Amino acid sequence: MARQIYEAITDGILGGGVYALMAVGLTLIFGVLDIINIAQGILVVLGAYLSYVLSVHLHIDLFVGLLVTVPVMFVIGVAIQWLFIRPLRGRDRTSMSLLACYAVALIIEGILYRVFGPNYVVLNASYVTSSVHLFGFYLPDIYLYGFALAVACVAALYLLLYRTRFGRSVRATMQNQTAARLIGIDVNRVAAVTFGIGVAVTAVGGMMFGATSGGFNPNSGYDLISRLLAIIILGGLGSIGGALAAAVFMTTAEALVDIWSPDWAVVVFYVALVLVLTLRPSGLFGRSPVRAQ
Amino acid sequence: MSKPVRTGGRAGGILAVFAVLAVFPLVLQNATVTTIAVDTLIFGAAAVAWNIFSGYSGYISLGHAVFFGTGAYTVGIAARAWQLTGDAVFALLPLAAAVAAGLAVPLGLIALRVRRHTFVVITIAFFFIAQLTATNLSVTGGSSGILAPSPNWDAATFNNPFYYTALALLAVTIAMSWLIRGSRFGLQLRAIRDDEDRAAGLGVRAMPVKLAAFVISAIVTGMAGGLWFYFIGQAIPQFAFDPLFDLSVVVMAFFGGLGTIWGPLLGALLIEPAQQWLTLQYTNEYLSEILLGALFLVVILGLPRGVIPTGAEKIAMLRARLRSARETAAAGGPERQRADPVREAGAPGAPARDTGASAREAGP
Repeated sequence: MARQIYEAITDGILGGGVYALMAVGLTLIFGVLDIINIAQGILVVLGAYLSYVLSVHLHIDLFVGLLVTVPVMFVIGVAIQWLFIRPLRGRDRTSMSLLACYAVALIIEGILYRVFGPNYVVLNASYVTSSVHLFGFYLPDIYLYGFALAVACVAALYLLLYRTRFGRSVRATMQNQTAARLIGIDVNRVAAVTFGIGVAVTAVGGMMFGATSGGFNPNSGYDLISRLLAIIILGGLGSIGGALAAAVFMTTAEALVDIWSPDWAVVVFYVALVLVLTLRPSGLFGRSPVRAQ
Repeated sequence: MSKPVRTGGRAGGILAVFAVLAVFPLVLQNATVTTIAVDTLIFGAAAVAWNIFSGYSGYISLGHAVFFGTGAYTVGIAARAWQLTGDAVFALLPLAAAVAAGLAVPLGLIALRVRRHTFVVITIAFFFIAQLTATNLSVTGGSSGILAPSPNWDAATFNNPFYYTALALLAVTIAMSWLIRGSRFGLQLRAIRDDEDRAAGLGVRAMPVKLAAFVISAIVTGMAGGLWFYFIGQAIPQFAFDPLFDLSVVVMAFFGGLGTIWGPLLGALLIEPAQQWLTLQYTNEYLSEILLGALFLVVILGLPRGVIPTGAEKIAMLRARLRSARETAAAGGPERQRADPVREAGAPGAPARDTGASAREAGP
């Protein structure tokens, strides 16, 4: 039992790294654009399919393939923002943009179904099945590599946000869009690039998801987005540190409940979300909501 | 002055619409057509009900499928437990309403504490909890779902009982939407939509008002779900709790006009048959998914306020322009100050550009 619990905690932390990366993209988009990208889940699946195409048809290694898929997803993200989010104006802008993202998600899902069909596929590589013996546990290599990659990406995002000029404009835009515009920040550009970055991380997340989930199909997006939403709300919308903590907390909790009942493990996410929001409506690390201007 | 006439005309129009809907299955008896018609009426009621809460209060719910599915499973489980068949199953619809309402109260108390995005997301979370619960419990039949008793009606008019029940549900829902919109309650809801803090400052007790609208909306959605279940004959978790249901009712309401009485119904009457027809035509649900998404993007980007408000605005502006042209002709000269067409018509959101243009023309 104790052993199972240790294993669950290890799995939770390692898996949490990947969810953290995907959730950071989502919460970053929220912080800057004040919208929730409901399409994030299906974009992760799209990223997984891109990796699948590269590895199966072109025999490119999964990690090397990221050099292609990350820029592609970045461009897709910028395009979505430019075409469907930017033109929205008016009082209902926030709810409209959420629905626009939902519509984009439906379109992508439909296209993925038409291209790849409903059958489950997995990403395969030598390190997906091999594992390493560490502290008395067998840890799958892919989890270790993926966790390292996720940590590296989150660190890179942190550096980008807190150590560069662009990062400063992003944070300024997150704090106050009007003021940022007034001091000469090109808010539209910041918004487009942020959306692109937020979507680009789904290429990494998608590759990891495809290799570790034991099979995915175009329908997997719903499961993913609901988990990601639970994570970012729990962590407090717009809080990057909160997203990291909530991701690890959620995946660990899920892995622990999984010992007792695999059927109900998934529900943990939502139950935790509902409980936290009942006690603390702004999430664990969220700022209390400011009155809309 | 012209108000009684207009109200009379409008009431006549409504009666005409419902008269057409009432004789529809007697004229067109093709089973495919009536099947689509029943679906459309059920979705129409659901869309109007969604709008009573989300359209009026501004709280966008993407979790109404919870109540739809709850209604479906309630009817299914009760009919199985009590061995009901035939017309008696329709008598379970109030039970579906009661269960949906009973569920809506705690869900509303939790969800309505948060606003905007967080509210949307928490309704999505409810949706997934509901779907997973239906999959994991044994009383709901797990992933294989639950079967409805098969009705023993004459094959030729098989769809008619469903059709008229759905029509009655729709009529009652429209009437409720109308009454609420005109009432003090509706005004409070719309005040919450515009600025909740200010509304609270003016004495609107926001939580009970929002919760009441949420529960009313859930009641109708639950009944629609129960009816749908009996009509389809089966409920399985991913169709009773269907994310496409959530999106469909939202698209219908947005397409017709969010927060209007007739908008959601118009949206349902146009979108649901089109979707069903496409599904039949191409027997490929993925295509209809792509098209629904694309249509929605077009609506959001092109007609952000929906067909009815945009149309009404266009008509009001056209009328005002015609009248100002008449007045100008009658006065024998440009009397710009009085004839500012937009101001006088009181059209909302009238472009400032027009005023500027007339001011320029009136200049030296």
